[in-house]
Amino acid sequence: MGYILSRLISLVVSLAAASVVIFAAVEVVPGDPAAFMLGLNASEDTIAALRAELGLDGSVLERYVGWVGGMLTGDFGTSYTYRVPVADLVSQRIVVSLPLAGYALLLSTLLAVPAGLVAAAWRGRAPDYGIMAASQLGIAVPNFWFAMLLVLAFAITWKIFPAGGFPGWEAGFWAGMRALTLPAIALALPQAAILARVLRSALIEQTGQDYIRTARAKGLSSGAALRRHGLRNAMIPVLTILGLQFSFLLAGAIIIENVFFLPGLGRLIFQGITQRDLVVVESVTMLLVCAVIVVTFLVDIAYALVDPRLRRR
Amino acid sequence: MAMADTASPQAEQGLQLDKLSLAIHGTQILQDVSLTIAPGQILGLVGESGSGKSLTAFSVARLLPEGSVTSGQVTLDGTDLTALSEADMCALRGLRLSMIFQEPMTALNPVKTIGDQVAETLLIHRAANRRQAYARAADLLARVGLDPERIPPGRYPHELSGGQRQRVCIAMAIALQPQLLIADEPTTALDVTTQARILALLRDLVREEGMACLLITHDLAVVSQLADRIAVMQKGQIVEAGPTGQVISKREHPYTRALFAASAHQPRRAAAATQAPLLEVREARRDYRLPRASLWQAPGHLRAVDGVSFTLRKGESLGLVGESGCGKSTLSRAILGLEPLQAGTIALEGAPVAPEMGADLRGRMQVVFQDPYASFNPRHRVARILSEPFYLTGRPPDAEQRIAAALEAVEMSASDGLKYPHEFSGGQRQRIAIARALITRPDLIVLDEAVSALDVSVRATVLDLLAGLQERFGLSYLFISHDLTVVQAITDRVLVMQKGRIVEEGPTRAVFEAPRHAYTQALLAAAPRLVEDA
Repeated sequence: MGYILSRLISLVVSLAAASVVIFAAVEVVPGDPAAFMLGLNASEDTIAALRAELGLDGSVLERYVGWVGGMLTGDFGTSYTYRVPVADLVSQRIVVSLPLAGYALLLSTLLAVPAGLVAAAWRGRAPDYGIMAASQLGIAVPNFWFAMLLVLAFAITWKIFPAGGFPGWEAGFWAGMRALTLPAIALALPQAAILARVLRSALIEQTGQDYIRTARAKGLSSGAALRRHGLRNAMIPVLTILGLQFSFLLAGAIIIENVFFLPGLGRLIFQGITQRDLVVVESVTMLLVCAVIVVTFLVDIAYALVDPRLRRR
Repeated sequence: MAMADTASPQAEQGLQLDKLSLAIHGTQILQDVSLTIAPGQILGLVGESGSGKSLTAFSVARLLPEGSVTSGQVTLDGTDLTALSEADMCALRGLRLSMIFQEPMTALNPVKTIGDQVAETLLIHRAANRRQAYARAADLLARVGLDPERIPPGRYPHELSGGQRQRVCIAMAIALQPQLLIADEPTTALDVTTQARILALLRDLVREEGMACLLITHDLAVVSQLADRIAVMQKGQIVEAGPTGQVISKREHPYTRALFAASAHQPRRAAAATQAPLLEVREARRDYRLPRASLWQAPGHLRAVDGVSFTLRKGESLGLVGESGCGKSTLSRAILGLEPLQAGTIALEGAPVAPEMGADLRGRMQVVFQDPYASFNPRHRVARILSEPFYLTGRPPDAEQRIAAALEAVEMSASDGLKYPHEFSGGQRQRIAIARALITRPDLIVLDEAVSALDVSVRATVLDLLAGLQERFGLSYLFISHDLTVVQAITDRVLVMQKGRIVEEGPTRAVFEAPRHAYTQALLAAAPRLVEDA
């Protein structure tokens, strides 16, 4: 329990620190956000009007407290370009991005764990070379190109999955999942390639351990000893990578979102930046930072579940 | 089970090795090894590291590295193991043949409970369903002496001491009452008192279960007390074998004689300790903060060193003995000025020793650890490793000559400075570590279990070297060890440490001959001694 509490405290402290940094980067650093958002040709009056609208006239502390307090109550401000509350924009996007990231992560784990196990168990032999070559390819080839191949094969030739767009969850769960399948595969493949490599080397490190020898002396075959004893000990680096990958998938899927015309968070933040909509950028960035910190917290909890030695810290 | 005290008519019972040979990647490791162990008997296989003892065991269990080629026969209760498939061997390991290894600290899976790990042996061989297996595991853990009140089966390995972990390994090994138990250096990593208890447990189990037991060890005293028969191995061959008493009294083969001579080796020491004090420790106290039990509770403290006082004189060799966890390593770190004291003082010829002390003072004290390989950077050449202490004193203009001189002082050649640590044997590496300690021309060398990992014959030569260096350079030694024979051989005076306190102090000979404190007496009683002419 002490461990969970200490991780929770670290979570809250990280969130507070991140909010200060983001706020400072967007609002406090020199330059007028309102002037920046309106561009070079704006008149003094429109800038003053926007300043008032954005609440830039108060002191730094007031503005910070207002911003954080707003976010805590679900008020993320109003987008300047869309003229709708940022909370609405985000909630429309997150129902696409979150399932997509989870789907991709699931696929990548399902691919990587067997691949890593087989490669480690057959180290230096044909299955290992095959899996290592495939994973090298997976890391080297850009995922948008994969995405286009997938569209060619599964959407145009065989017409199993749609080529792009998202019908919304109102169209039904399976319709939504079908739309997300190809993008999830395209996202999962490079991630799986990295994960399989990390798992393989972590497992190979375990094969030399004394307790694997003990397991063999009890009558387990070398493959079974690795599966039943090595895998859980190899999980710590794998969990670390999984946590990083989830954060990336949530916000970094922008290229894939563009290829498949998906209304995700990545596109929202990209549009926010190109349209100089600082309200959107600031809030979505904070939201993503939140997600990353929460995932880190969950990974910390998972460490302790996997390794009893960490529980008493 | 059949008692086989007399020559058994069932010759196929127990384990027979018939002309077992092993080559790994073309290198001959074992040559025509023939052994017989009857049920209920312990065969002690002795020899130095690299002689092929462990690989004999792994050949029997067929757990050899890749590239191994064996010939000859291994028969366990009438089954020829060499003829079995790998799947059949898996079915047999743990059921009819089981193993215990040297390192109890790492032999258990750290992320599974001890109960799970013992139950696994039963589950693998489908000897019980899940619930029965856990119940049986609890019984087995109690049987090997783990009190279920204090060490319940739900504990994890890191919550246990080394001796307790070895008990768990034994419980796993005997779970299915195997016909053969292979114990590979089962007590080498343990303290003397723990060692005595584990050995007694093993002996009783072997007798009660009627197992044949192959006990592999480098410690002649252990086999002399425990084994019914001894086989002496040298370079992959059995050079002498027979009943324990006979092998010990006759020592027919020259290698057997050399082994016994080395284990009882007494280095000739000419250096005379002076009366001038070099290191003075006064009422030293060292506390550690324990992790908080809960967030709002003040953290507890562990007093690792509790009011220790002693004086080490110039040219003296002082022994510090005690079991692991008694505080001897903590004390040595404070003496080296690596950690601060909470109370008391340490002074080297009057100069206070503390973590913030100057480099000059640091250069006057050096240390040699148990595992030299772990304290060398494997990517540095020996000359660079030796020159490291010059960071303390500044690189002298004659650095090259001093490195060469230090290597020659430890009976190595100056050209060895161009090699890397992995090119040397364990004994040579320990010589390099000693050379590194000599390079700053220190007054005091702390030897922390410095010969504990070495074979008896190598240990004998290193002890001779240490004695010679002491005489030549007027060095003082603080010799920290759990091995009483070594302390007896090389020290003038000895301190016995228990739970952070010095419980007995005196001239080595007097303490060993007439120990006054109960703890010293227990330590000496537990230490295995050669049973001569049994």
